[in-house]
Amino acid sequence: MAETVLELEGINVFYGAIHALRDVSLCVNAGEVVTLIGANGAGKTTTLATICGLMRPKSGSVKYNGADIARAQTHELVAQGLVMAPEGRGIFPNLTVDENLRIGAYARRDKPAVAADLAHAYEIFPRLSERKRQKGGTLSGGEQQMLAIARALMSAPKLLLLDEPSLGLAPLIVQTIFATIDRINKQGVTILLVEQNANIALKHSHRAYVIEAGRVDIEGDSAQLRNDPRVKAAYLGEG
Amino acid sequence: MLRTGAVLVAGIIGAVVLNAVLAEFIDDYVVRVINLCGVAIVLAVSLNVINGLCGQFSLGHAGFMAIGAYVCSLFTTTQRYYDAASAQYVSEPSLAARMAEMFGADLAAAGSEQLQSIAAWGFLPGLIAGGVVSALAGLVVGIPALRLRGDYLAIATLGFGEIVRVVITNIPQIGGATGLPGLPPLANTSWIFAVCVVCIVFSVNLQRSTFGRALIAIRENELAAEIMGVRIARMKVMAFIYGAFFAGVAGGLLAHLLQTISPATFNFMKSIEVVVMLVLGGLGSLTGAVVGAIVLTVLPEALRDVEREVNLPGIRMVVYALVLILLMIFRPQGIFGQRELSLKLLRRVIPGGRK
Repeated sequence: MAETVLELEGINVFYGAIHALRDVSLCVNAGEVVTLIGANGAGKTTTLATICGLMRPKSGSVKYNGADIARAQTHELVAQGLVMAPEGRGIFPNLTVDENLRIGAYARRDKPAVAADLAHAYEIFPRLSERKRQKGGTLSGGEQQMLAIARALMSAPKLLLLDEPSLGLAPLIVQTIFATIDRINKQGVTILLVEQNANIALKHSHRAYVIEAGRVDIEGDSAQLRNDPRVKAAYLGEG
Repeated sequence: MLRTGAVLVAGIIGAVVLNAVLAEFIDDYVVRVINLCGVAIVLAVSLNVINGLCGQFSLGHAGFMAIGAYVCSLFTTTQRYYDAASAQYVSEPSLAARMAEMFGADLAAAGSEQLQSIAAWGFLPGLIAGGVVSALAGLVVGIPALRLRGDYLAIATLGFGEIVRVVITNIPQIGGATGLPGLPPLANTSWIFAVCVVCIVFSVNLQRSTFGRALIAIRENELAAEIMGVRIARMKVMAFIYGAFFAGVAGGLLAHLLQTISPATFNFMKSIEVVVMLVLGGLGSLTGAVVGAIVLTVLPEALRDVEREVNLPGIRMVVYALVLILLMIFRPQGIFGQRELSLKLLRRVIPGGRK
């Protein structure tokens, strides 16, 4: 078994009085694509926000490479290779594509490697390289999503958190994005993927967790979950 | 690095030459307007870092200016005030004079010319000290900026400016509500434009640096910036410190240009004025800040002539307001938007120019 990169154990997170995550436990092993699926408001994004230090769990532990990161600052985590591509594509609309990507490498000081990664990002997303000088806000939805992922890649992630990469995109674009996610994973980046689109997320991941009303309901191999009657009924629109 | 140094030296020499030329050929009134433009440029460019690049709406610039102005005046000016306890006027020598005394100068015996040169020596340390104290205030104001956003931050910084003003009003030792008259006229064109050049060169470099990009990232999307590893808290405070430093220096310059300062000089209208310069020029554009500063300083003066022609006293402020309103209707992003003046832009704007 590969070593565990990320481990959440019994975390509880609150928004004021609202109990958003209840005893959520999950783990991600090196080299895996793990997906967290669930309906709107189930707590998927909250889980990611807690992992990357934007929210603090009230109890429970978050371990990254064995170290407790529940109280760590976001910028420290980015420096350690834990990076998120935010939901809604969170790009910088008035900066050019190139500037957006350079901010991705903000925390890094190794200039030659950054230049190499920039070339690599453009190679993965040729569309972006065509639009280098264009402002981020003028890109199409799919291109913005590519930019968000490419920007996250610029900070040399070891563990990449993707928040709803398919959100609001045409099915064809979604295919392209997920093909790219596979490719990034094959190049050695571990991925934790949050998705509403359970169908495609299960196809492109090794293991999956189903979260409902702040609780992890079902977990297992993605291939298995695709045949699980409960998942089929609730998330795949079958049965 | 080398290029920056060369530009700085060239700019400062240019300022000194400009001073000599202006003093020789141009009439005093026009020189004064040019000097006011210089101060306004420093103010607008420094506020642009906070409001334009970092996107933190600050209305506290007058407060920073006041701090710089008063601290600087301590270095150059003998402070005379009425001491209520002893019921008599007390006079405190300036810090420059005290330093001179320590080095063995006899102030009582010194002629007025000598006293003036002593005050002049206090000017540069005064400007720097004013900037530093103001930067410390920027640090203090920057911290609430971490918790407040948008309008709320604007109100908090406005409050800061007013607090500074009220505190100064209540310290009789620095003139209280009456203010300080009789500051030596030390801020000539050389000084003002030298500071201007330093401020612009630093700001251009800042805008192109990683730090500048981080500030812009915060303005564009704070959450995304944080996720990319930008240390939001530190960057915001740094922006305030930077802006406050140059506002303090500009305050020192303005004090020694006007030669009289009072708390009323630094009321919140002064802060608004600087914000209007930025908005007019284009928030986030350094070129815009410079142009906005010049336009809003020159316009009210230029309109004086118009006023005399049409013989309608007061019409000048109406025209001034109209210009602003029209500009906001037809070009709400400001003259420059977020663009900078560059050769590329010039080529595009000038018809018939090469593409």
